[in-house]
Amino acid sequence: MADQLEDLKRIAIVPALNEEETVGRVIGEIRAFDAGFDIVVVDDGSVDRTAGVAADRGAYVVRLPFNLGIGGAVQTGYRFAFEHGYDIAVQIDGDGQHDPSQLPKILAPLLAGEADLCVGSRFTGDGQFRSSFARRVGIKIFARLVSLVVRQRVTDTTSGFRAVNRRGIALFAADYPHDYPEVEATVMCVKHKLRLKEVPVEMRERGAGASSITALRSVYYMTKVLLAIFVGLFRRNAVPLEEDHR
Amino acid sequence: MTPLPVSIAAAVASFALLVVVFELIRSRRLRERYALLWLLTGVVLLGLSLWRGGLNTIAGWFGVETYPPAILGAVGALFILMVLLHYSTVISRLSDQNTILAQRLALLEQHVRED
Repeated sequence: MADQLEDLKRIAIVPALNEEETVGRVIGEIRAFDAGFDIVVVDDGSVDRTAGVAADRGAYVVRLPFNLGIGGAVQTGYRFAFEHGYDIAVQIDGDGQHDPSQLPKILAPLLAGEADLCVGSRFTGDGQFRSSFARRVGIKIFARLVSLVVRQRVTDTTSGFRAVNRRGIALFAADYPHDYPEVEATVMCVKHKLRLKEVPVEMRERGAGASSITALRSVYYMTKVLLAIFVGLFRRNAVPLEEDHR
Repeated sequence: MTPLPVSIAAAVASFALLVVVFELIRSRRLRERYALLWLLTGVVLLGLSLWRGGLNTIAGWFGVETYPPAILGAVGALFILMVLLHYSTVISRLSDQNTILAQRLALLEQHVRED
């Protein structure tokens, strides 16, 4: 795998919001896995030293002038990857819940040419994951629904630990969902005939900071995502960015 | 009791609202985030116009025995107020962000000219 990776221009997109305590470690761990990975930290309007810490560690830092939400932040990363001609992009949260040593698992299907988007799932195998009851039920419902829509088994629709090839980068740079993007992004990929694969990974407890999904917001989250999936079925596809577009 | 033509007209109107909102989302002219309140408005009004007994009961609670459809108007007005208030907060946020963007752009321009 290392040889194959060596020939590809590769980047890790790290969305971060007030993660000064963990983002440095995440950068270090990505480097430890593969020093050839460029790293772009997208600072989604942090009020702490997230951007400073990331810049000190030598990552590219894109500071958004105000909070765009996770979807807007991640898409900024994909735009960066598209414009700078990267072949492969991986998405790793700045809060430390994604373990860069698990990267080979989500990269393997891409390198083997079996998938255009590969998602690391907490649920399909060796990973153990603790979560609140309501959250687990919500995740189950979405997993069922998304599996139905994309006609393939999906277990973890909310995982932000994913890898895409150039086709995926071009698509996400052109169009990426806004508020709670992972579920919709997965559906979108399949609608665009990109091949999706899910692999089991181990995830850690979040390093610091609270999950962006609080109890009050989960109702809004469910409704909005259900609506988005439903409307998405009737929507024309966005056009992925053309290569000479940059 | 609510006159039947009133119920039919109200149902048709709220259904039309739902269809228009759906089409706006589908054609990407309206984001889901801003559509939810409109959809809720449409669903509640549609429900109240079809469920005629319910409308009567609710009208009874408020002592509006003579003309129950008044409740439809009141509920509609309430939802429109909610949408408007929501938009006021959205506009406030957008205008704050716009200020930040203009300041960033001006500073950046100055920076570029200096170099």
